Amino acid sequence: MTDTSKFTSLKVQDPRTKKRNAAEKRFRAYGIVAIAIGGLFLAALTFTIVKSGLPAFTQYVMKLEVTLSQEQFDDAESQLLKTAVYRDIFIDNFSEQLDANGVDVEYDAAALERLLGKVGGDIRTHYRENPDDIGQPTTFQLQLSSRVEGYFRGRVTRDTLVDSRFLEKADLDIVDVLRDAGLMTGRFNWAFLTGKDSGVDNPGGAGIGASVIGSFFMMLVVLFLSLPIGVAASIYLEEFAPKNRFTDLVEVNISNLAAVPSIVFGILGLSVFIQFMHLPQSAPLVGGLVLTLMTLPTIIISTRASLKSVPPSIRDAALGIGASKMQSVTHHVLPLAMPGILTGTIIGLAQALGETAPLLLIGMVGFVAREYPDGVASGFLDPNSAMPAQIYTWAARADVGFYEKAWGGIIVLLVFLLLMNAIAIFLRKKFERRW
Amino acid sequence: MKDTNVTDTNVKDTDLMTDYKISAKGVQVYYGDNHAIKDVNVDIDDKTVTAFIGPSGCGKSTFLRCLNRMNDTIDICRVEGDILLDGEDIYDPAVDPVQLRAKVGMVFQKPNPFPKSIYDNVAYGPKIHGLARNKAELDEIVEQSLRKAALWTEAKDRLHSPGTGLSGGQQQRLCIARAIATAPEVLLMDEPCSALDPIATAQVEELIDELRQSFSVVIVTHSMQQAARVSQKTAFFHLGNLVEFDETDKIFTNPEDPRTESYISGRIG
Repeated sequence: MTDTSKFTSLKVQDPRTKKRNAAEKRFRAYGIVAIAIGGLFLAALTFTIVKSGLPAFTQYVMKLEVTLSQEQFDDAESQLLKTAVYRDIFIDNFSEQLDANGVDVEYDAAALERLLGKVGGDIRTHYRENPDDIGQPTTFQLQLSSRVEGYFRGRVTRDTLVDSRFLEKADLDIVDVLRDAGLMTGRFNWAFLTGKDSGVDNPGGAGIGASVIGSFFMMLVVLFLSLPIGVAASIYLEEFAPKNRFTDLVEVNISNLAAVPSIVFGILGLSVFIQFMHLPQSAPLVGGLVLTLMTLPTIIISTRASLKSVPPSIRDAALGIGASKMQSVTHHVLPLAMPGILTGTIIGLAQALGETAPLLLIGMVGFVAREYPDGVASGFLDPNSAMPAQIYTWAARADVGFYEKAWGGIIVLLVFLLLMNAIAIFLRKKFERRW
Repeated sequence: MKDTNVTDTNVKDTDLMTDYKISAKGVQVYYGDNHAIKDVNVDIDDKTVTAFIGPSGCGKSTFLRCLNRMNDTIDICRVEGDILLDGEDIYDPAVDPVQLRAKVGMVFQKPNPFPKSIYDNVAYGPKIHGLARNKAELDEIVEQSLRKAALWTEAKDRLHSPGTGLSGGQQQRLCIARAIATAPEVLLMDEPCSALDPIATAQVEELIDELRQSFSVVIVTHSMQQAARVSQKTAFFHLGNLVEFDETDKIFTNPEDPRTESYISGRIG
């Protein structure tokens, strides 16, 4: 018989259960708080980056229609001070256009130069490169100087502006009038994405294009070296290597290498690849080699983890019907480990793409990438910059105009990283098999 | 018994051959310092089913894995003594375990089909051993193997769907089909029915009985009823020792060793 006095209802929680449930609730709350904090940081980061970086993608220009006759062109080319002649032609067209728009403003050639830079040279270059435009009305979109751009963006105001040879307060009146007349407007800055780096005094003309190419060639080197070397090393260590002191040592060292600060790889690259092997400085090839060294441990560790996660029964099955070790690996284990290997590789590549410190020591930081490489060999061997290095260079420059370029560069870099992660996810889904 | 001391493994002198398919002499197995198999002598006939029974951890699976050198994959495992297959020592340094495993197939405790199609599962062995000259021959081997494994009627319409999508019993029969597709001479089965329900078990047991027509089968089992049903010879292992090895009928009706008797009657194990 059951002792009825000891009856306890399941509907009433005993103290221990209460305690356990309370602990579980607390733990869940911690988790939610942790995720919320993480999300907050991420949101703040994204907001700051986008807010500071977006201006880099717009550029302010003055639109002006210029008509140049063949005689004017021939005449200008025969003069000694050619650009001055073009400037005068420009000013003529400019005043005509102001009249046509019914705009009345006082200006002189010096003020125009402060607003637009040396326009004569721009116009001459255009007509020399496009002789067909001579005699035709041609619309020029002339870039405004960085201080005027700063005025458009609110960085420069009448209160803060100190008259200098770069910009005077009076010039801003001209800007106001031209803006209201619709002659000065903003537009999407394609030149930022496709352009090359400019000198230290011309933030407006700086683009990240050349360093994107530099990063691309580096990533090619990293991919084609670290993937085969990393995968082969992991397969050997995981499937073939005897377990002894030597392989233990190798394993410990691989784990240690993954934790070595990246600048150490930079100085290694400097001494081995540049000083000893005499490879060219600032070249994406050297950058790629250094980043390969840095990426290898990551790839090896993730590849070994995904090889380990393949159930041993698959190996047994293959060996049991007389497959060789190699066949069991290449036919069965490797395909099953592929999603993990690819994910690890792409994460390693993404890490390498964003790495600046090693590039500092092999001369890719600070190098002004003014030229595109012409051809594949030059892409690997000619000095170039890389995206993070370019961002670092811009951030270190004095002109505030470069500040937003640096943020814009970060946006471009992040877009590339997101793209690579998306590819990783896609590949993982595509190769994923269940057993 | 004839002399089985074959000194030159390259010469197969029929006079020196044993009648046995597999002959194990003084086999010792060590896992590191652990002496797992102690001086086991077993002779396995061709075209018979031999069952290894015994309590868990008695070494029967370990011994089975010695017969096709699957223990080689375990680093700390060391095998001593001779195991002769058709009179040749399979632990001879000249023997390639890969070639040996093509002759001595294995079916594992848990069904482990490759995550590929049913067809590819069965065709894999013949492909890597070059048993088929063309697609038609390969198709023939796949069909025959699936028929022998009593899976053909269920699988013929879904040959190209994944083998992992089959039920547990079907998967195990697929693994058997995969093992017999390489035309082995011996089939080792390590508790092949432990993950199966009684109906699937009955199917596999029936299958084992048919396989006996073609090759010798060695089966490790926890179920004494199963050993009694399918095998002609039974070996009883206990604590790494081979306690008794005889005709199945004799082991189950009139065992010589008291330990065998207690195990069979359920007093130890």
